[in-house]
This record gives sequence, C-alpha cells and structure tokens, in this order.
Amino acid sequence: MAHSLVPVTPRWPSVAAATLVLLLTIGTLGAVAWRAKWAGGLAPADWAAVRFTIVQALLSAAISVVLAIPVARALARRRFRGRQLLITLLGAPFLLPVIVAVLGLLAVFGRGGVLNDVLTSLGFSPVSIFGMHGVLLAHVFFNLPLAIRFILQGWLSIPSERFRLAATLNAPVGRLLEWPMLRVVLPGTFLVIFLICLTSFAVALTMGGGPRATTIELAIYQAVRFDFDLGKAALLACVQFGLCVGAAMLALRITADDVTGAGMDRVVQRWDVARAGIDYAWIIAAALFLLVPLGMVVLRGLPGIFDLPDTIWAAALRSITVAIGSAVLCVSMALALALRGGGLTAIVGVLPLAASGLVVGTGAFLIVFPFVRPADVALFVTLLVNATLALPFALRAIGPAAAQVNADYGRLGKSLGISGWAWVRLIVLPRMRKPLGFATGLAAALSMGDLGVIALFAGQAEETLPLAMYRLMGAYRMETAASAALLLLSLSLLLFWICDRGGRANADV
Amino acid sequence: MKNTTYLPLAAGLALCATSALAETPVLQVMTYDSFVTEWGPGPAIEAAFEANCACDLQFVGTGDGAALLARLQLEGPRTEADIVLGLDTNLTAAARETGLFAPHGVAAEFDLPIAWTDAEFLPFDWGYFAFVGNAGEAQATSLRDLADSDLKIVIQDPRSSTPGLGLLMWVKTAYPDDAATIWADLSDNIVTVTSGWSEAYGMFLEGEADAVLSYTTSPAYHLIAEEDDSKVAWAFDEGHYMQVEVAGKVAGTDQPELADAFLAFIVSDAFQSVIPTTNWMYPAVTPAEGLPAGFETLMTPETSLLLSPEDAAALRDGALDEWRTALSQ
Amino acid sequence: MLTFENVLLSQGDFALTVDMTLPKAEIIALIGPSGAGKSTLLSAIAGFFAPTSGRISWNGADLAGIAPGARPVSMLFQDNNLFPHLTAAQNVGLGLRPDLKLPPAQLAEVEAALAQVGLSGFGDRKPGALSGGQQSRVALARVLVADRPLVLLDEPFSALGPALKDEMLDLVKGKLHAAGKTVIMVTHDPADARRIADCAVLVADGVVTAPVSTATLLDNPPPALAAYLG
Repeated sequence: MAHSLVPVTPRWPSVAAATLVLLLTIGTLGAVAWRAKWAGGLAPADWAAVRFTIVQALLSAAISVVLAIPVARALARRRFRGRQLLITLLGAPFLLPVIVAVLGLLAVFGRGGVLNDVLTSLGFSPVSIFGMHGVLLAHVFFNLPLAIRFILQGWLSIPSERFRLAATLNAPVGRLLEWPMLRVVLPGTFLVIFLICLTSFAVALTMGGGPRATTIELAIYQAVRFDFDLGKAALLACVQFGLCVGAAMLALRITADDVTGAGMDRVVQRWDVARAGIDYAWIIAAALFLLVPLGMVVLRGLPGIFDLPDTIWAAALRSITVAIGSAVLCVSMALALALRGGGLTAIVGVLPLAASGLVVGTGAFLIVFPFVRPADVALFVTLLVNATLALPFALRAIGPAAAQVNADYGRLGKSLGISGWAWVRLIVLPRMRKPLGFATGLAAALSMGDLGVIALFAGQAEETLPLAMYRLMGAYRMETAASAALLLLSLSLLLFWICDRGGRANADV
Repeated sequence: MKNTTYLPLAAGLALCATSALAETPVLQVMTYDSFVTEWGPGPAIEAAFEANCACDLQFVGTGDGAALLARLQLEGPRTEADIVLGLDTNLTAAARETGLFAPHGVAAEFDLPIAWTDAEFLPFDWGYFAFVGNAGEAQATSLRDLADSDLKIVIQDPRSSTPGLGLLMWVKTAYPDDAATIWADLSDNIVTVTSGWSEAYGMFLEGEADAVLSYTTSPAYHLIAEEDDSKVAWAFDEGHYMQVEVAGKVAGTDQPELADAFLAFIVSDAFQSVIPTTNWMYPAVTPAEGLPAGFETLMTPETSLLLSPEDAAALRDGALDEWRTALSQ
Repeated sequence: MLTFENVLLSQGDFALTVDMTLPKAEIIALIGPSGAGKSTLLSAIAGFFAPTSGRISWNGADLAGIAPGARPVSMLFQDNNLFPHLTAAQNVGLGLRPDLKLPPAQLAEVEAALAQVGLSGFGDRKPGALSGGQQSRVALARVLVADRPLVLLDEPFSALGPALKDEMLDLVKGKLHAAGKTVIMVTHDPADARRIADCAVLVADGVVTAPVSTATLLDNPPPALAAYLG
C-alpha cells in the first residue's frame, strides 16, 4: 500500500506518550532492579500468591462482565427520568479510594451492616463477608461500574440506522447487532478488569480475611517493606507484567474486528423494547448493589462535612489541580496513541494496569532522589503517574471512537488533504467530544481518588486529599476522615460530571 | 596596589561567609506520617525547638515506621536527613545494619518499664500493644483465653504494619514454643487482617469486631479528645508486648551540633509533654507536670514483654512463617 | 490528460490491466459489471490503491508517490462525503483550505459556490438538517471550489431518486464540466452515461478498454457489456 488510508498526524506526541508510559512502568521496575542486591528467587509462598492472584482476578473479571451485560443492555434501551444521573452515579464506586469503599461495603454487608440486620431480624443467622466471596464482592463492587460503562458504550456505538434496519427486517437484534458488538467489547473489558484485580492488595487482604488472600502486590509490599529485598520485588513485578502482556495478547487474539460502520448521528431509537420488567429489575438491582454502600459513605460523612479543617480544603484544592493537569495529560496521551494505533499502543495501553503501585513509587523515588528533593517534585510526579495509570481507561474510552472516525472519514480527509493538526482540530476533536469528555472526567476522578505515589514523596505541604484523609484516620480522626471521604467522593463525581457533561452538551447534530 | 586589588575580593568572600552564616541552618527530621500532621506532635515540637535553636526544623513524613526504614534504606548514605525518628525496636536491628547511625550520646532517666542501654537509638515514647474493645462487653483475659473464646478481633498484617509485627512478637515472646498453636487457635477469632492500623481501627469502630489490635493508650484518645469512656484495653495475663519508639542521629549529618541539640531536646519536658495527647503514647521521660488527666485510668499491664532488637530480628522470619501457615489453613 | 501506461492493479485474485489515455475537460463514464474494478480504478487515480506495475500520469507528470491529498483530484464517495459536525459552508471551505483558516475572499468564494448549486443561505446548516439532495449539492460545491482539475465520482448519487439524481448529473455537467474539470464517473445506469458523458470506458473481464463515444459504446455494446446490460 503506497499510502496510509487515514490522515497522518505528527508522530512525536505518540512517541512521547509511549516513552513516558514505558519510563513509569518498565523504567521504574528497572530502577528497582538496578538497586537490588540479588538474593534468591521466588519462594513457594510467592507462587501461592501468584496463583491466588490469578484465580481471584479471573473470577472477579468474569463476574463483573457477566453481570454488566444485562445492566448495560437495560440502560441502553430504556429511557427514563434521571437515567443520565444514574449512569454517572453508578460509576462512583470505581472512583472511590479503596479504604472508603471497603468501609462503605462493610456498612452494608459487614457484621453490623444493613444486610445482617435484616437477616437477623428475619431469624436467619448472620453471614460473614470475609473470604474469597468477600474479595469477589468487593472487586465486583469496584469494577462492575467500569464494565457497565464500557459495555454500554459498545451498545450506544451501534448506529441507530442498524437498529432501524433490524426493526424493518424483524430480525433478532441480539444475534444480528448485539452479539457482534459484544464480541468486540467484551474481551477488552474483561482484560482491563482482570488486570485491575491483578494488582489488588488492600482489598484482597482485608476482604479475604487473612494471609491466604495474599496477592502478588502484597508479596511485593512484603519484599520492599518487610524484607527490603528489592530483587524479589522486581521479580514479582516482572511476573505481574508477564501476566499482563500474556493476557493482553490473548484478549487481542479473541477480539473480533469492529464492523459496525458509520451512521448519521441520529438519536438511537429502539423497536425491540418488550419485557421492560426484566430490564428495570436489572437496573434496580445494580443500583441497589452499587449505591447503598455509597449512601453509607455519604451518611457517615455528612455530619462533619462543614467542620472540616482548613488543611483538608487546601489538600482538596491541590488534588483538584493535580487531577485537572493529570486528566489533560492523560487524554492528550491517549488521543496521540489512539490516532497512531498499532501493536505498541495496544501494549502501552494496558501496561500501566499491571504496574505495581509500590514498585512505580519506589522506582520513581530512586530515579529522582539523586537529583532533587522528592517533596519538591511530589505533585508533579503524582500528576505524571496518575495520568499514566488512568491512560488505559482513557484509551479504551476513546480508542474505538478514533478508529471509527478514521474508518468513516479517513479517506475523505485524505483526499481533501486534511492532515496533522488540522485533522485533529477540525475533525477528530469535534467528532470525539463525547468519549473525550468521558475520558477526561474519568481520568480526573481517578486522579482525585488515587493515593498513588504521593505517600512516598509528599511532605505536609504537598498533601493531597486522599493522603490527608488517610492521615486523619491514622490520627484516630475517623469521623473527620469520613467527612473528608465524602468531600473526596463529591469532588470526584463533580469533576467527572462536568467533563462528561461538557462532552455531551450540544453534541453535534 | 596589589592589596587594594584584592580588597574587594576579600570583602566579597567575607560577605559570602557572613551570608552563609546568616542563612538559617536546616535540621531535617525524617519520621512517619502521623507524627507530622496537624494532630500529631510535629507542629508543637517544631515550634518549641525552633524557639531556641535559631534554625529551621523540617519534618519529612513518610508512611509508617516500616516505610520509614524502607525509605532510609532506599536513600542510603546520600540521605539528607539529620535525624530519623519513629523506628521501633522491631526495626532497629535492620536500621543499625545500614551503618547510617551514630551514637546519640544522651544520658537520661528513662521512665520505661525496662532498662535502656542502646547507644545509637534514643527512645522518645513507648506503649503497650493491646486489644481494644468496648466497655461493658465480654473481654478476653489472655491470648490463650482469646484463642479459646468466640470473641472476634481485627488484626494488622505483620508484613505491612508495625502493630501487626508487634503482635507477631507478642505471641512469640509469650509462647516461644507454642506460637503456632496459639495462632491456629486464634484463626477462628480473627475476622480479618488489614494492611494498616487505620483500616483495622476503622473497622472496629464500625462494629465489625469485638476488639482491635492497638495500644493500651488508645482509650485515652477517646477519653481526652472525645470525652468518650466507652473504649477499654483488655489486660492479658501473659503480659503485654511493648513498642518503644526511637530516634537516631544520621552519622553523615551536615548539622552535627543541631542534631545533638535535637536529641537532647527529645528527652526534655518541652518534647515529652507534647507526646501523650498528640502521639497517644507514654513519654519516654515523664515530664515534670506528670501525665495528662485521663492517663491514670488506663490499664497498666503487670508484665512487660520486649525482645531485644537482635532477638526480634532473629525470630522474625520464623514467626512470620508460623503465622502465615496457621492463618492460611 | 490522464494517462495509464501498462498499469496493473491487482489484489489477491483480482487483476485489472489499464493502458489508455483519458481526454482532458471531458466527462468520462466508467461502465461495467459489479466487481469489475471500477472503484478500484478510481482508488488508484486518487492514490488510495497503488498499482502493482505501470505508470499513471496527469499531464505527463507521474502520480506515483504523491499522497491523495496532494493529487490534482477531488473525489466523492458513495457515502460519508460530508462531516456531520461541520456546517455546509465549512464542508465546502475544506475544498479551499484543509485547515479552514479562510480569509474573507475565500469565504465569499464558498458562498458563491453554494449559490451556484442552489444553496444560498444554507451555509450555516449542518448536514443533518439538509435533505439528501442538498447534501449532495454541498459536496458538489466543495468540488467546485477546490483547485483540483480532476473529479472522481464513485456513485455519490446512487441513493437519490431518479429526478434528484438527474438534477445532480445536470449540475455536474453544468457546473463542473463548465468549469473545465475532467470528470470520471462510475455508473451502473447507461442512461446516466448518455445524459452527461461524452465518452465512456468499459471495465470488464480484467481489462479496461480505451474510451469511445458513449453513444457508440452503448449502441453497439461488445459482448461483455451486452451481457451486463441484458
């Protein structure tokens, strides 16, 4: 082929993005390995951790995806008041800091929780949430929102023309349109959740009830903190990356090519809307599961929300600033990578998911320490790391849209000689406003809630909101911490809502 | 002529020297997170020390005690810290091994339940690990009693938390040969194991367990700061393992005099009187005005247990294996 | 003129040989059965499909290695000829400057082109608010303003009704041809060819024949065409 079929954008942004991602994932791992005194390999306990990690990640991803399909379908084909708000709220658990979400879950499913109150008042014996089922429950709680969003996006990406065609043919929408779409969307969604759960640490340990629920990430924690065996930490991080690359390649292989094609931006109307009851049952069940624990977080935090100390507001402002910077950087990187595409993008797009937070933090620390005071660059490094960690989600959100723009208008743009920045400015950005808004909101909210590397770097003056919240808990101030958690939750959702909304407002006719 | 030529240069050098002297010297104290927060001892101690030192005291907070040690190991001899504050005796052996510390040279009358002889690490506060539960509810009277009971507890993971490591040593010290059995019998009492103290304590306050692994001094926080006397520490017959928190001078410090001054300051009243109601631990040297009101209500163990740093380091890995095996069944 | 010298277009089992010269400033119809390679031929001219061998040149200048956007070619596809998020005027403006930084003179040019295709005052509308015929007119206005002498039509009007289609074909003849552009159009309908094309080329059985007058070709169709016309 003499020429690419789509307008070519400058190469350097994608190269820069890939370089940053590789530096913060493989590079930090390299820094840790470089500094390590190599002792032995992995012990049997480490391999047990690897096995447990894989099993719980597979189960968590499978359950999340399977449950998300009917919920996403119900949300895609029902119109009701507050639907958009519900969709936004359903995303909230994914944005919560781990400890907040766990306490919210325990308020519902724990020993003194709502569920057991109901059970005991009905004469049943209480159930314990801790164990493998607890790990899965928590992981599904965190990741079901993500699965719903990704699959819902797949549903909404089927052009309305196709539904119209199917309706006139009286053809089975499921087999004709929905199954092919799911073939495209599901493997990637499964992969992302599998990888998120692969690096789970505090959730798995706390909900798993003890050391039998030791994950690779906890083994890394032990290697760094308990044994100061950086070599073992590096080895375990390599295992994580190995699993990540393997899973990514498998997912790529079984992902079907997207064949939906272009539409004329008509509002999706559905004609196959029988059996409303089942759809609403799914929506209500998902809403209860995801929103009741969230409601508990709100209830716990509400009393003290106006008495928060000034330092919390200062930390909140810092977090917002970092979140906005990180979201802009993240989405720019995602766009650059999505427009170039290719195998490297696919790998770079999932690598951060498999990165061990502790190894990234430790490696980044080792890289900057010889040159600057870590506290001086704490917020900047946090911004870079948060942008990188959110990249896979942003890329998933905008990648299909970028491919669609290329497929629909690539030849036209090419024949008109639109290229480079003009192509991005005139065609790509306006065509992708919705997914870009969504991705920006997601990246900003993720950055808000992420403890990331800040704990290793920050002094008092660089404290972010999650770190401040954590420090409150460490100082017995559980109630103030609960209010800080509510503030964090509200700000994350607000940031997400503003960006997501901005992408939708006046979305072109 | 020659002299006059050199005069401006000499004057300049003198000026530089004066300005360098005039620049406030900085003393960096690396410590754990909760020490430096506005609710921790940090602000009051900084103000008190800076009042007399003509220096700038800067705290660098990082995670908990174990994170502090890990950071020190990462930084190695290049560390800018002059003082490291917040390691406990379970960590000092590894800290000593780094070779980064110099003798503290401070002699003081410590109010510790044990004799203190360590030349490099200076204790600044201490406490007893204990299970903290709700007043008026069933309590266990010993580790053995707890293991035999149906009481539910939340503990921390020794691999990621200093109290978790403390409990590991507590069981090992109380039952040197039967630790594995105790852990096996405790396994049905343990609701769950958390990565850090905050998660465990939060879960206890939410009613997930009858008690949480914390300190005998924890009820003092609720009593003094919240006027809430509903929390009690369970007294155990085997005795209670201690946590002694220490500070050390970094040998390569560029502010040796200031560092020495700070070490001396640590055992003074100005430092020690801040500790009880900010760090919620016992001061290493009881200040002249005594302990704050409320501390007298705290349970004081009959027997204090503590392993030497060397014994703690030697027993650690074996004890961890016993713990993991027993709790993984 | 557009010259094909021993051009071979091939992909998998498909092969098409072209060796001919197309006259300048004419409307040339490409006629032939489905799958014969009419669209592929247009793609090759537009630069989306590289010949396996041979040489395509415009006024003697080899087109090989020139990017689609840099060729003297405007192309209209079967669909997606307009960007739905841009106004009619912006869609036309892309023909003048691909970065849409249009000075006032060029804005006037856009307005004039819209007027020429009967869309005065429609410049601010987005494609979604235009009828199918109006959308085609916008696309034609863009081809009109572009400084590209060669126009390739890959059945852009096939979705329109017969009356509308004829209207568009008349616009092609009345505006594009009148402006001196060389138009190469793919068509399935002999009537379209008769309506506006002076000469026609048969694409069938892996070979492209040299252009002849449309009437000649259609009145005395060679066997391959006869079979196709039925």
